[in-house]
Order: sequence, then C-alpha cells, then structure tokens
Amino acid sequence: MSKPEWLDEDPGPVVRPFALIRGRTRSSGDKFDLIAVVVPTGASAPPEAIIGPEQRRILELAEEGVTVAEVASELDLPLGVVRVLLGDLKDHGLIEVRPPAQVSPLPSERILKEVIHGLRAL
Amino acid sequence: MASAPYDDPVALKILIAGGFGVGKTTLVGSVSEIRPLRTEELLSDRSIGVDDTEGVDDKTTTTVAMDFGRITIRDGLVVYLFGTPGQHRFWFMWDELAYGALGAVVLADTRRLTDCFPAIDYFEQRGTPFIVAVNCFDGAEVHEPENVRIALDLDPDVPVLNCDVRRRSSAKEVLITLVEHALRTLTASAG
Repeated sequence: MSKPEWLDEDPGPVVRPFALIRGRTRSSGDKFDLIAVVVPTGASAPPEAIIGPEQRRILELAEEGVTVAEVASELDLPLGVVRVLLGDLKDHGLIEVRPPAQVSPLPSERILKEVIHGLRAL
Repeated sequence: MASAPYDDPVALKILIAGGFGVGKTTLVGSVSEIRPLRTEELLSDRSIGVDDTEGVDDKTTTTVAMDFGRITIRDGLVVYLFGTPGQHRFWFMWDELAYGALGAVVLADTRRLTDCFPAIDYFEQRGTPFIVAVNCFDGAEVHEPENVRIALDLDPDVPVLNCDVRRRSSAKEVLITLVEHALRTLTASAG
C-alpha cells in the first residue's frame, strides 16, 4: 500500500487538458447546454473514433444519465474541453445530448409545485 | 444503473449571484452536495487592463471556477444550482448560465449593498425571475427587508428576505421563495 511519490503536492494533470482534444477549441459540442443530459445510444464505436480513458469514462457516466456540467465536474476538466469530447462522441453516434426538457418558457406549474414540495421535504 | 429511465428527465437551473464573498458557496453547500466546475475562457478585451496582468503578459485564457450543486427532487427531476462568478471580469459567462434558468437568487450584504447592483440590473434586463436574499452576517446590523428594497430600488413584486445561508433551513427557505416567485411569474404571464 505504498503511496505513489510525487515531487510536489499538486503536480497537475499528466496531459494538459487541451492536448486531449488536440488543441481544438471548436466542435459540434459548442452549444451543449450546461444541464443538457448525456445519454448513450448503445451503438458500437466506429473505427475512426478515439476512445481513450476520458471518452470511456464519459460513456460510463452517460449510462447513469448525467448533465454536461456533471461530466465536467466528474472528469475535472474545463467545460470547453468536455464540450469538444462530447461533440466527438456525438459525431460518432455514441451518445445523444438532450437539451433540457424545459428551457423557455418556464416549466409547468405542476413541476414547480413539485419542486417547492421537494425542497420543503429536504 | 444502466436501466435509469431517460424519458423526459427535467433539469432545472437556479443561479446564485451576488458580490464576492457574500456567501454564494455557503448557500450552495448548505442545501446540496457542492462540486467544483471549471471552465477555461479567453480573457475578453474588456478584462484586459482591469486585471493585474503584470508578469503574465502572455496569459490569454483564464480558469474560472464556479460552484455547482445538485438537488434531486425525485427520479427524473433535478435542480442544479450554479454560483455565478462574482468578479466583473467573468460577466461574459453569465449569458450561458442565465440561459433557460428558472430564476436567480441575488445574495446581498447590507454592508456592501452596491456589490449586488450589477446582478440585479442584469436579471431585470433579461426578465429572469429573481429574489434578493440578505445574508445576515454576524456583527452586521440587520435591516428590514423593506428598507433594503428601497435602497436597491426594486419593483414591489420582487421578494426580499433576510437569511443566514449557513443554516440549511434558511438556505432552503431562500430557494423555496425563489421557486414560488417563479411560479407566480409563470401564472401571471399565462393569465
């Protein structure tokens, strides 16, 4: 049970975040809402898809139905990087990114009443 | 876990705004499991010159950390809390955060009331339902909410309440007040 030895307390990531996405900052994932839900399609990866540890982790998380913000938080990567990774996975047909059911106008009265009730019960 | 239902999950977004050090992180942490969320952004022209960039001349991106909390109401109904970055130089992030938001809590500290003016202006202009929650700090004079309303020149329908965001029950009350306000806004616009 020896702990890995680091030279300093916080050595940072081994790979810089933007290297993961080969320096790209624009992708089909640009417009994903913070609370859009990531859902797996169940399709198998096409040969050109790059499925590294981050992509694999995203696919695992998607099984649980997570939001874009949660993926970023869970992977501890900046949102911009996560959006590119998600855009790639979507382009490869591996995930769907569903915009929030209620964006505009406000959600239904029934939902809001349910939220008020739920908050009281916390 | 693989069998989680995907049919119409509803995710709602509530923003927690206010000046630096007013208690946004504490509020999010009182009612939800708090998680960090970061984003790397290009520094806008506006922020250059405001920032102290001495010694970091080449720095054109900056990491913005936000507070992020999740409250599960039931399976398929989740409320997400986003603490908005307080510093003015991160204003460009607000449009994304505010898009589709149910509403916003503007946290105020009566000792530094002007700190929340920008947030109030922003939500008024956007038409986002918001409330003002006055965080009562130890040792600070407690003001009547009505006086705070006058000082902030708020519309009569904007709820103003005192709170202590360290207390879960108080933080809950703040969120409930906001959702009730959003509900009134909804029924008023429908009627």
